[in-house]
Amino acid sequence: MAITINGTEVPLPEDPRMSLAEFLRDGLHLTGTKIGCNQGGCGACTVLIDGQRVLSCLTLAVQAEGREVTTIEGLSSGDDLHPLQEAFIAHDGFQCGYCTPGQICAATAMLRELAEGMPSSVTGDLSRPAPLTAEEIRERMSGNLCRCGAHNGIIAAILQVAQEGAA
Amino acid sequence: MSRVQNTLIESVRKVVGWVPERWLPGGTPDPLIGRHGAVGTQLAQLDGPQKVRGAARFAAEVPLEGLCYAALVNSPVTRGRITRLDTAAAEAAPGVLLVLTYRNMPRLGLVPLMGVTNLGAVGNSALPILQDDQIRYNGQVMALVLAETQQQADHAARLIDLSVDTAPALSDFQAAKPEARTPASILVERNEQSAGDAEAALRQAAFSTDATYTTPGHNHAAIELHGVTAHWTGNRLVLHDATQAVAPTAAALAKLFGLRREDVRVLSPFVGGGFGAKGFWDHQVLAVAAARMVDRPVRLMLSREAVFRMVGGRSPTEQRVAIGADAEGRFTALIHTGYSVMPPYSASPEQYTLGTRSLYRAQSYRFGQKHLDLDIVPNTFMRAPGESVGSFAVESAVDELAHAMDIDPVELRLRNEPETHPLTGTPFSQRALATAWRQGADRFGWDARSTMPRARRDGEWLLGMGCAAGNFPYVRMPSGALRIRLTRDGQATLSTSAQDMGMGTATVQTQHAADRLGLPLDAITFEMGDSDLPAAPVAGGSSQTVSIAAAIAAAASKLTVELLRLAGNASPLAGLRAGEVRLAEGGLVCIEDPTRRETYGDILTRAGRDEISVTETGAPPLEIFKYAMLSHSANFCEVRVSDVTGELRVTRLLGVFDVGTILNPRMAVSQLRGGMIMGLGMALSEEVLFDERSGRIMNPGLADYHIPAHLDVPEIDVTWTGIPDPRSPLGARGIGEIGITGVAAAIANAVFNATGKRLRDLPLTLDRLIGAEGA
Ligand code: FES
Ligand code: FES
Repeated sequence: MAITINGTEVPLPEDPRMSLAEFLRDGLHLTGTKIGCNQGGCGACTVLIDGQRVLSCLTLAVQAEGREVTTIEGLSSGDDLHPLQEAFIAHDGFQCGYCTPGQICAATAMLRELAEGMPSSVTGDLSRPAPLTAEEIRERMSGNLCRCGAHNGIIAAILQVAQEGAA
Repeated sequence: MSRVQNTLIESVRKVVGWVPERWLPGGTPDPLIGRHGAVGTQLAQLDGPQKVRGAARFAAEVPLEGLCYAALVNSPVTRGRITRLDTAAAEAAPGVLLVLTYRNMPRLGLVPLMGVTNLGAVGNSALPILQDDQIRYNGQVMALVLAETQQQADHAARLIDLSVDTAPALSDFQAAKPEARTPASILVERNEQSAGDAEAALRQAAFSTDATYTTPGHNHAAIELHGVTAHWTGNRLVLHDATQAVAPTAAALAKLFGLRREDVRVLSPFVGGGFGAKGFWDHQVLAVAAARMVDRPVRLMLSREAVFRMVGGRSPTEQRVAIGADAEGRFTALIHTGYSVMPPYSASPEQYTLGTRSLYRAQSYRFGQKHLDLDIVPNTFMRAPGESVGSFAVESAVDELAHAMDIDPVELRLRNEPETHPLTGTPFSQRALATAWRQGADRFGWDARSTMPRARRDGEWLLGMGCAAGNFPYVRMPSGALRIRLTRDGQATLSTSAQDMGMGTATVQTQHAADRLGLPLDAITFEMGDSDLPAAPVAGGSSQTVSIAAAIAAAASKLTVELLRLAGNASPLAGLRAGEVRLAEGGLVCIEDPTRRETYGDILTRAGRDEISVTETGAPPLEIFKYAMLSHSANFCEVRVSDVTGELRVTRLLGVFDVGTILNPRMAVSQLRGGMIMGLGMALSEEVLFDERSGRIMNPGLADYHIPAHLDVPEIDVTWTGIPDPRSPLGARGIGEIGITGVAAAIANAVFNATGKRLRDLPLTLDRLIGAEGA
């Protein structure tokens, strides 16, 4: 009856109604995971479960039982930032920073999806692996809203990391 | 806003007009203008590492011992009276600590509305908060439930049984028009203004256009929800808030709860987007009252739906713009009038005609706005209130006229550039819109545009280009205070209660302070977001950067005087007066003889002091009465519209900005792009769907209120004229809002160029574009 969060086993919350987002934020004080709508509309609550991106506001904490959850806090180690975190700073990929953890978590998983050749709705030729283009990244990141308008910087940051193959 | 106010403002203008330039702030240009230093460099946001790690702590994230959680019940009807409010089941539910309704809410006064006559006030609503059984708008708070956990509070809130005796409500825009009010003034401007007989000139004009444009309600939709953590210790209150008005919120709460100002502390180090929405609304008051009643810290984070229902947005507008021109395209008449919603308990007049008043020269004018009193959540200021939607109307109209006259729309605008403010004759402090137009046309490749609509095609896609101007006034707030503390080791700490929503305030002012004080960047610490620091006004009207800059300049002058006094007779500076030295290279330097100098550390050491601290307020912003001070933009856009589905894609967008000195190019690009992207949303998809029969918002969520997503946003090109404003601190003007202005018109004009279809109603959705056929 436990979840592994950023490498540490944590007992499940008592209240089965608790979403994973609420459990992370209120229960564990891992407030890097944000809540922008609590209804699946913004992507601010994106975390990784077993490496895949999920909306933690639409996931009950108990559904993550026995699985590995990675949050923004788990992406960097000590003073070393994740390449995406570095690139977001380099490209001014944020203003207020509220959508940022969700964007970065989503991008981490998205780059893997792209590397595995998964197509998207803007992929032209389905018989080959999807190409690494800004357009592909825009489409695949469209579930993560940003109201400050840091879109260009976000896409540039992700594209750079993808091209360096560093993710 | 009264007639008295009009007279007052106009007499200040008159008096200041007579005062010699050099007596006014900005009379002698800021010596830092044009100096190469830290200002103008590409410093990255200082709090970047915290933000990308998720370590920046927002208001609803502060961990406190014994914290309990609140949930709200909002009214499902628009007008009426509560006849039954049964809270027994909720009170008996597990974990519930308190159910707060109008019956047990402490009796509180009203919050004064913010406004130009009361700059310290923060209220967005003049309505009572949980004080009686009356329902005044749809979504008004009916009850608050407090429980040990959020899940318990949310559950119990659903157990409250509410019955209402509904009353007729005013919620129909068109039906309210006969009762429209005509206010005497709009912010600091006289509302109705005219010169000559514009209607007659319009009738006689060689060419003319006269049309009605509509814009729907808009929602700020900051990604961070409004949230607070409220905490009492005895008679002292600490509120962790997401607010654009730190010190004014503390003052308002002190007044409301009968506390001394120094016993209230509001902290807001990070705000997850504001755009006008993160102000003072009911939720702060509710959380503070509830925390007091249970004597425990309280967390209240609004749901996304509640943000739509309880925090007002931008009013819808219906605007008439008419332009008459002679055979050469010179404007003979310019008329801009219209209607927007502003109930008497709201603070925001949505000043959509103000931008037009200084945009073009014409032989005759008529301007005026009317307000409709609907029963709605009080509308409020949202990024470029007025200019954002006003520029859509006027800049669409200019495009219509250009098409009718077969003149290039850039050329038509250049022919009508004013020399001085068209209504008052006041000189512009700096205006290079014409330069921006030329620069932009060149950079964008404007000459590739076809003058004939519907002439360029790529398969099913129709291609078009459009352009539009934007403008936004320079505002500097009076009374922003700031402290500079200088220590013997040559470190300076600057402190003000102002806050940062990601605009880069702390970063830019750190750059400024380094130049102003002659210190390296790493010797500067900038503290903000805390009402215990010297009080700054609300961050609004794109005023914060120049307001803080003026306060830093004033504090640095005071510091110079104090340091010279401390230096005394043994110093190489002995006998020099403040005007004879400057702050440079970590100390004071004699301007005439730079060998006479002393470092801050040496001055303090000799005086036996560890530090020196001064607090000062920026000079009153009299420059805005002597000059017409505005920023301008020239926007260019290219679109593709599917002839089959009506799908609209914006493929290219360029903004050329004439906004004074650029303090940090990297963050300026981000701010300006951010504004342009909000303009893109306004054009493409943003619309609060309001049910005029029930008075209820039908799309209160991010799944249904569509803001731009990544795929909607092309690479946006931003550039500027870079010409400093000689009348403002650092030569800068605010850049937080200008970006949104003009963008929707540029897109609508490009759609016309692509399809021949003139769309005068926002947003430009598929249903309006499908099978686009045009002139
Ligand atoms: S908070 Fe989960 S999608 Fe918005
Ligand atoms: S940086 Fe503010 S919402 Fe994206």
